[in-house]
Amino acid sequence: MSPLRAALRKDLLLQWRTRAQAVAVFAFGAAALLLFSFAVGPNAGVLREHAAGFLWLGLLLSSTLTLAESFHAEAEHRALEGLLLLPAPPRALYYAKALANALALAAVGAGLVPVMVVLYDAATPRIPARLGIILLGSAGLSAPGTLYAAMTSQAPARQTLLPLLLFPLVVPVLLAAVKATALLIHGDPMGQLRSWALLLVCFNVIHWSLCGLLFDRVVED
Amino acid sequence: MQGARLPSVMLALGLALLLWGSYWGLFLAPRETYMGDVQRIMYVHVPTAWNAMLALTFAFACAVLSLLRGDPRWDARLEAALEVGVTLSALLCLQGAIWAKPTWGVWWDWDPRLTTTAVLVFAFGAILALRQFVDDPVKRATWSAVAAIIAYADVPIVYFSVKWWNSLHQTQSSPETVSRAFHWPLRINAFGMLFVMSGLITLRARLAALRQEEELAGPLPAAAPRVASAAPGAGA
Repeated sequence: MSPLRAALRKDLLLQWRTRAQAVAVFAFGAAALLLFSFAVGPNAGVLREHAAGFLWLGLLLSSTLTLAESFHAEAEHRALEGLLLLPAPPRALYYAKALANALALAAVGAGLVPVMVVLYDAATPRIPARLGIILLGSAGLSAPGTLYAAMTSQAPARQTLLPLLLFPLVVPVLLAAVKATALLIHGDPMGQLRSWALLLVCFNVIHWSLCGLLFDRVVED
Repeated sequence: MQGARLPSVMLALGLALLLWGSYWGLFLAPRETYMGDVQRIMYVHVPTAWNAMLALTFAFACAVLSLLRGDPRWDARLEAALEVGVTLSALLCLQGAIWAKPTWGVWWDWDPRLTTTAVLVFAFGAILALRQFVDDPVKRATWSAVAAIIAYADVPIVYFSVKWWNSLHQTQSSPETVSRAFHWPLRINAFGMLFVMSGLITLRARLAALRQEEELAGPLPAAAPRVASAAPGAGA
């Protein structure tokens, strides 16, 4: 078994064993979706118009909980140092953790879609496209988020530092994902969906490569 | 001794140039036809923008060199460039808002350059916050260098994503895009701000290097307890 597959198996197993936490993160996201509607009032048209933005803000806020906890097991009893002693490159550990986080966030995002449909009447027939955007957006949040989680898990005030570092960085993900989701809900007469999806792909390519390169330095020093 | 006085000389020269350029811009340069006197803010706004970008680019270069060489002096320069770059970017947002109100009718607009600058302030400001929470100087240097590289790489994506989203800002100003009558105050202030920025970065980097020396030297040996040194019955 390759180091990446072994590390991914370990991270997915960790996610599965702490699934109660994933449920809590989903409940947090659903509560955020409910609260956003109080901010703009009960007008169904306005709520539907802003549904995409609410969904991604809910997922962004939930992501900080998932990401902050992702290195919790490794931080305890200096387990990360033990992992680094294994004959596996630290990069494999990063990619496994980032992939597991992306999948966990995509699952939360997919779970929030029915909540959004019920609360804001924002249904779309293009379910595979919507899931694709959720997967791309989750991967975009996960790539820098996992790297910063590795840093902040070793620092005090990690609950403050992680969103402080992550939120400005993922502005392009938020913009592109909100626009793409809104186009799926309200229709795409100008064919812009492809461009926003491409922006998400570009963000992912740059950040998955760069963060993978820099992860060694974050955990080795 | 000459090297020690260099930042002060740069600061004095920069301030003199800024005063001269601002006087020229405020009182000698002609009034702009469409915007009127409001346009005169350009003489500080545009130089602030150029120098903020320069400072953050220098911070990126320091971050790369700090990671490659592991020399704490590059970390000290990174800290200095980050602080000056974030301050100039925040000033840029403030000046932009002051200029936007009479020309666009609003203090803020979600224009690519404005939004990107605001994102820069938060992205690089967060690295300064991170530095405050990390006590280990080696980890602090590595983590802030990594975060600075990622934040800098993110800038073009933020700019283009916001540009696709919304755009209102006029074409970027430079001596080539403005009338000849406006050239000199713009150039003088740009060099003035460059000297002030360089002087501040040099001074701040020295301060950061001194703090590093103190951290690496470790705590001072504890003073011997008075009770132990006192001879028994000395007070009798």
